Amino acid sequence: MANSKTPSGKPRIGVYVCHCGTNIAGVVDVEDVANWSAEELKDIGVVLSRDNKFMCSSQGQELIESDIKEFGLNRVVVAACSPHLHEKTFRGACERAGMNPFFCEMASIREQVSWVTKDKKKATEKSKSMVAGAVNRVVYHEALEPIKVPINPTTLIVGGGIAGIQAALEIANTGHEVYLVEREPSIGGHMAQFDKTFPTLDCSACILTPRMSEVGMHPNINLLTWSEVENVDGFVGNFDVTIRKKSRCVIEEDCTGCGICVQKCPITVIDDEFGVGIGTRKAIYTPFDQAIPNYPVLDKENCTYFIKGTCRACEKFCATNAIDFEQQDEIINVTVGNIILATGYDLFDARKMPNYGYGRYPNVFTSMEFERLCNAAGPTNGEIVLRDGVTAPKSVAIVHCVGSRDKNHNNYCSAICCMQSLKFAHIVYERTGAEIHNFYIDIRTTAKNYDEFYQRVLDEGTLFVRGKVAEITDVPQNEAEEGKLIVQAEDTLAGLQRRIPVDMVILSVGLEPKGDSDEVAHQFGISCSSNGWFTEKHPKLDPVSTMTEGIFIAGCATGPKDIPASVSQGSAAAARVISYIEMGELELEPVRASVIEEICSGCKICNDLCPYNAIIFIEDKQVTEINEALCQGCGTCVAACPAGAIVGTGFSNEQILAQIEGLMMDFSVPEVV
Amino acid sequence: MTGKPKFAMYWAASCGGCEIATLNMHEKILDFDANFKVVFWPVAMDAKYKDVEAMEDGEILVTLFNGGIRNSENEHIAKLLRKKSQILVSFGSCAIEGGIPGLANLTEMHHFFDTVYTTVSTDNTNNHRPQVEYDMPEGKITIPEFKPVLQTLDQVVDVDYYMPGCPPETHQIAAVIDVLISVVKGEAVLPPKGSFLGVGNSTVCDECGRTRNLKKITEFKRIQDIKKIDPDLCLIEQGILCNGPATASGCESKCPSVNAPCAGCYGPAIGVKDFGARMITAIASVIDAEDPDEIERIMDGIIDPAGTFYRFGLANSMMRTGKASWNGK
Ligand SMILES: Cc1cc2nc3c(=O)[nH]c(=O)nc-3n(C[C@H](O)[C@H](O)[C@H](O)COP(=O)(O)OP(=O)(O)OC[C@H]3O[C@@H](n4cnc5c(N)ncnc54)[C@H](O)[C@@H]3O)c2cc1C
Ligand code: SF4
Ligand code: SF4
Ligand code: SF4
Repeated sequence: MANSKTPSGKPRIGVYVCHCGTNIAGVVDVEDVANWSAEELKDIGVVLSRDNKFMCSSQGQELIESDIKEFGLNRVVVAACSPHLHEKTFRGACERAGMNPFFCEMASIREQVSWVTKDKKKATEKSKSMVAGAVNRVVYHEALEPIKVPINPTTLIVGGGIAGIQAALEIANTGHEVYLVEREPSIGGHMAQFDKTFPTLDCSACILTPRMSEVGMHPNINLLTWSEVENVDGFVGNFDVTIRKKSRCVIEEDCTGCGICVQKCPITVIDDEFGVGIGTRKAIYTPFDQAIPNYPVLDKENCTYFIKGTCRACEKFCATNAIDFEQQDEIINVTVGNIILATGYDLFDARKMPNYGYGRYPNVFTSMEFERLCNAAGPTNGEIVLRDGVTAPKSVAIVHCVGSRDKNHNNYCSAICCMQSLKFAHIVYERTGAEIHNFYIDIRTTAKNYDEFYQRVLDEGTLFVRGKVAEITDVPQNEAEEGKLIVQAEDTLAGLQRRIPVDMVILSVGLEPKGDSDEVAHQFGISCSSNGWFTEKHPKLDPVSTMTEGIFIAGCATGPKDIPASVSQGSAAAARVISYIEMGELELEPVRASVIEEICSGCKICNDLCPYNAIIFIEDKQVTEINEALCQGCGTCVAACPAGAIVGTGFSNEQILAQIEGLMMDFSVPEVV
Repeated sequence: MTGKPKFAMYWAASCGGCEIATLNMHEKILDFDANFKVVFWPVAMDAKYKDVEAMEDGEILVTLFNGGIRNSENEHIAKLLRKKSQILVSFGSCAIEGGIPGLANLTEMHHFFDTVYTTVSTDNTNNHRPQVEYDMPEGKITIPEFKPVLQTLDQVVDVDYYMPGCPPETHQIAAVIDVLISVVKGEAVLPPKGSFLGVGNSTVCDECGRTRNLKKITEFKRIQDIKKIDPDLCLIEQGILCNGPATASGCESKCPSVNAPCAGCYGPAIGVKDFGARMITAIASVIDAEDPDEIERIMDGIIDPAGTFYRFGLANSMMRTGKASWNGK
């Protein structure tokens, strides 16, 4: 019925069916598909059709190029792998031969056919439909020109853990400006909480703090701690970011970081943040001694002055008058070209497994509590004692996989807990000589020097019980269990139930996505997996990019990993950003949505839907408009617009319907029953 | 051509509203009569099919055809009028989209007959069904044969123009008649074949005076369940399913202006291929819930989805285009 656009020029289509070695040809009769296309799709405009061993090889690409020139092709269909993989390759070949690259269409007969269809006959038929769909569609393709955007050389990094720190330094060292936004009073992330790091047992602070101070002093890094990103607008090359710098009640320019205010503050509270409830801090505090930056933060909820209106001890003693009780939050607007999200992880809440007694039995600790306990800069100066603060444990149980690899909680492996549990076993052995039991499901020590570390811990005499712990209880069944915590587990190697009485239990809780990862993903226009980790553009080939151009991800924000992997990702994301900055300008896929003004009724149905905030309403005309540079061509609004007023380049009604018609084409010879 | 150009109007499976809307032109009908000779219009004047059959091909200048193709008689006359007319206009929702009678396409024919011939009020103790042929002492008698689905006019014959509405608004019909008269007088040219006549470019919302905001639907309500409808706020925002957003403009937003949701009688707007699918995706896009159970609960508030979103367009929807599968040739 509606407006059917006639294709520009009479189509002369070349069809190329790829064998992909045996990947496709092993299941699909590629020669038959090629011959069939030449014969049956002639009327639509197919002038030649070939099959070829590897279309993506230089020889395959040259074939397309020479055919375009020799046979005057104006459309190309490549039936091969997913366009995610090789669309660029084949578009490139077309472009080299002088054709607009957007006249090239792919039919994914590998991912969508040969890899998922066993029956050879059906796979061949299905490939024919896919080719027919692509041929029918490509007729309606239009010449498109890529959109060019300039890249602002400043970068925003969100999250100052080791991954964010690494990325910030890499970029800043190339001479480009970085804004590093960290939610907590200091950068450092989880690594700052540890005593030692596996497998080398370096002191965590010793390797981390030099990096932290480098960040603090770097002329190209604008460090904004105790800050949060409030709003992000814009698109790759040109993001407008609003940052809220929360009030510290301390004037940074005047503070020398002497710490006298902290000393003089009369209020001591449990440190639930950095100290995970083990240890204390003052109402004005820096989370740890080597904090960067080292100006303190005033905790208004616990400060006597804010509660009762008197005290002001800190203000009195501050030599430089740096305390400002009236200080307000500050709103900072910056424009950046690229953004790296390195927001890290949270830990599984051990209370969700009441059978392990965390929160009920004082001597059941979480892994992070233990990190603080054994930390030389922690509340006990690194002495390993029970919750009473004095008694050294004589026996310790370390439980792996708490909340990980567990249908009821997180089905994934948290990747670091095996090594972290082995690290704890070693530390306990070294400092207490206690008897140690590690309860594990499988030991996963795959990275460099990890298994060697495992051997070392075995040699030290740690006992390993293979089996998931069923329960931790303080109800004794015999004298030996009296006054102890009893760890009950099935020893799957010995094939028996064990009850092991111990003084202390450490739960190696799993890693979880940040509690606000969904909101952060939404704010930056990226997506999360069903588990909540940020989704990569490609899990193998592009692990630090996202589907949104200009937004990169690094570290544990994309999934559990150890420090070396987090650092590598920080560097990788930085490299991606630096290459964009060096390019100065980026070509974007011109697959975009636009509104036909006369058709739009201004119903506003689409107005709140764009994941990239590309949709704006023009009040005086009462119509909707789409910002071309912001739009990523996702198609959400195209589908939603009830008036059909939004068209997606590359996804027009004509193209989609033609493709469906091709796919539905009935060419099978009826089976004889 | 000698004499005044000839005009015909026919009703197939329809209610007669289209004819009334046309006759509602009042004195305009005199203008019309001055310029056309009505040769066939069963509602307005007596005529026999055989008179039409006797005409030359293309003898009628323009035929307004309303109603869908429900039985063999409808089909026969559609084909006949196509042959005899230079311009065939698919007139009104039923001819274009199937309209209300097209909703019967949701069930199979025998269910349809069961419903009609076994209702409580029907005295049909022997459970008879109509027969296409019946031998009487006087000879064989026949009645038109029911078709398994109702088809739109353009699924059966080639159509030149479309004029939507249930029925088309009288002022729009009058305007189209004016254009036709100018064409006959040589003062204007016909629009391109396939055009929609008597409609605007946009949707009913475009002509609706209600204020629109971002839409976040948490509940669907029926108008009878609402105490007071806000006369100034978009009905969708009040939880009332209004088809205005996908419906072609042209009616001056008649229903929403009297607190009734747009039923969608003007059919799909220019850019819309499948009316119901469009409305469903649009509405689904603005449901304000994440939790699947909550979404389910909200959706359950749509009492009659087919009757709401496909009230007029079922026979013309992509689900039932009546198009035979493509064979590549
Ligand atoms: C108990 C334990 C022991 C471990 N021991 C070792 C070890 O010995 N060796 C090893 O290799 N690995 C170890 N790991 C793993 C290690 O912690 C991680 O690999 C590493 O910390 C990941 O760094 P990151 O920068 O990605 O994340 P994080 O360290 O979590 O840093 C993220 C930072 O981002 C900030 N942030 C989060 N959201 C926002 C926001 N919206 N806005 C602003 N800032 C935000 C956070 O405050 C934090 O500072 C251990 C893990 C655990 C749980
Ligand atoms: S297609 Fe529409 S919803 Fe998607 S990015 Fe573009 S404007 Fe936004
Ligand atoms: S949904 Fe379509 S008609 Fe409604 S405001 Fe958006 S673009 Fe306009
Ligand atoms: S949806 Fe209905 S009530 Fe709302 S603006 Fe459109 S026509 Fe008017």
